[in-house]
Amino acid sequence: MLALKEVGKTYPNGVHALERFSAEISPGEIIAIIGGSGCGKSTLLRAIAGLDRASTGSVTLDNAVITSPHAKIGIIFQEPRLLPWLSVADNIGFGLADLAADARAERVASALARVGLTDKAAAWPRELSGGQAQRVAIARALVPQPEVLLLDEPFSALDAFTRRDLQDHLLDLWADTRPTLILVTHDVDEAVVLADRVLVMRPRPGRLFEQITINLARPRDRKSELFDTFKRRVLTALDRSLDRSVRDVTDKSSAGEAMWW
Amino acid sequence: MTVDLPALEQTAAPRAAPARWSRLARPALGLLVPVMCALGWELVVYLGYSNGRLVPPPSKVFQTIVELARSGELSRHILATLWRVGAGFALGVVAGTVMGAISGYWDFAKRLLDPTVQALRAIPSLAWVPLFVLWLGIFETSKVALIAVGVFFPIYLGVMGAILSVDRKIVEVGRVFRLSGPAMIRRILLPAVLPAYVVALRVGLGLGWMFVVAAELIGASEGLGYLLLDGQQLGKPAQILAAIVIFAILGKLTDWLIEVAAAPLLRWQDAFGARGGQ
Repeated sequence: MLALKEVGKTYPNGVHALERFSAEISPGEIIAIIGGSGCGKSTLLRAIAGLDRASTGSVTLDNAVITSPHAKIGIIFQEPRLLPWLSVADNIGFGLADLAADARAERVASALARVGLTDKAAAWPRELSGGQAQRVAIARALVPQPEVLLLDEPFSALDAFTRRDLQDHLLDLWADTRPTLILVTHDVDEAVVLADRVLVMRPRPGRLFEQITINLARPRDRKSELFDTFKRRVLTALDRSLDRSVRDVTDKSSAGEAMWW
Repeated sequence: MTVDLPALEQTAAPRAAPARWSRLARPALGLLVPVMCALGWELVVYLGYSNGRLVPPPSKVFQTIVELARSGELSRHILATLWRVGAGFALGVVAGTVMGAISGYWDFAKRLLDPTVQALRAIPSLAWVPLFVLWLGIFETSKVALIAVGVFFPIYLGVMGAILSVDRKIVEVGRVFRLSGPAMIRRILLPAVLPAYVVALRVGLGLGWMFVVAAELIGASEGLGYLLLDGQQLGKPAQILAAIVIFAILGKLTDWLIEVAAAPLLRWQDAFGARGGQ
């Protein structure tokens, strides 16, 4: 269980990026965090990753307080951030330095096969397309088998086709070990396709505005009416989150349930 | 039908030819200007338009080199100079790398040391000569020290600058995988600074060759710089030109050695310079 308790962050330059953000996230759950720019989405993700320390509140994973990067938490950034001097295979095996060489090679080979890049094992990162590079980044993050995988707008730099392809691929990979996924995104479509729960944030300072449970069965049909209804629900929440006259609604939305009953 | 065949051959032939041509011609192109100048001057002297006394023709320079080589003088001078450059370069590289790495990695050290180093850098390095001679004597030590000083600054600046400009995002990848300090240096910082380090080494080596001449002009009984001075004092321009040519060859050769040694480590680079002539 990943627990965020009143997490707040004020940067040394005085910017109040995040305020009293609380959420409980069950193992294997897929969470999408969505909101306008400057609402502290990335700040929150970096605090969960242990890359930045929260100024107030706490992040705990199975009762262990997270203050620095943790073995059970992986992260995928907006850019692939592959190490240009390592081959694709060595990039994927980067987090497995503690393993013996043959065990590492085995894990890397199966990850390469899983992301469909076996033929690129010896290639340099510069020889990959944007989508391929991001697939390598996903494999690198998943190979150490994290319990929580954080994704910071991982597909935003890709074209629509590649993005859709990688979203499906991510779900596929997720099904292998079912880690908790926390995805920061700008893309409402992406949030509704992937998430069990969408957390809508509002800016200045960033805080939780509304939670929307997406109880649609997977695989989700992007063209279905129900899908559209959920998208509209998230869009409405986003609009409301930017409207200063609307007060914070931190309760879990019942819209999803209402759709079913 | 019969017309098609020659037409196909015609299109195939020029495609293969330019590749071969460019592979041979590219290095040859660089030689064109110096070779033409040398041949031109040789011709001018040969035809009697100049006596070639102050600017001897290439054949005379070559003859001087052969004579020096035969007498065993040449290898003695070359070895003396190579030893000085080697020792000075090694000292400069070690000191520059260590200091540059400390200043680049540790902000406090940079604030403490960098202003002093930069102030020392502003002193023309030849200004140290009298002091080095006083402190270290006229023999080898002062020469090696002078070369080391020349090599130190570009290496120091190169290493510090390279470390400071390592992409924060790449360092963050190391943090996510919880690399320890030494592992972060070995697995992230070292490979990341390597391209800039190789450039710094090459600049440092170039300065090493520059300073060895200055050092050997101070007062030496052997070395290529001594050959220069000896040629001037005894009025032997061919000997001066011979020494200059050998400096050029050795300088280029040692620079090429660094380039070749570093090439396998830098194959990953995705840069304008790695286009392979496209």
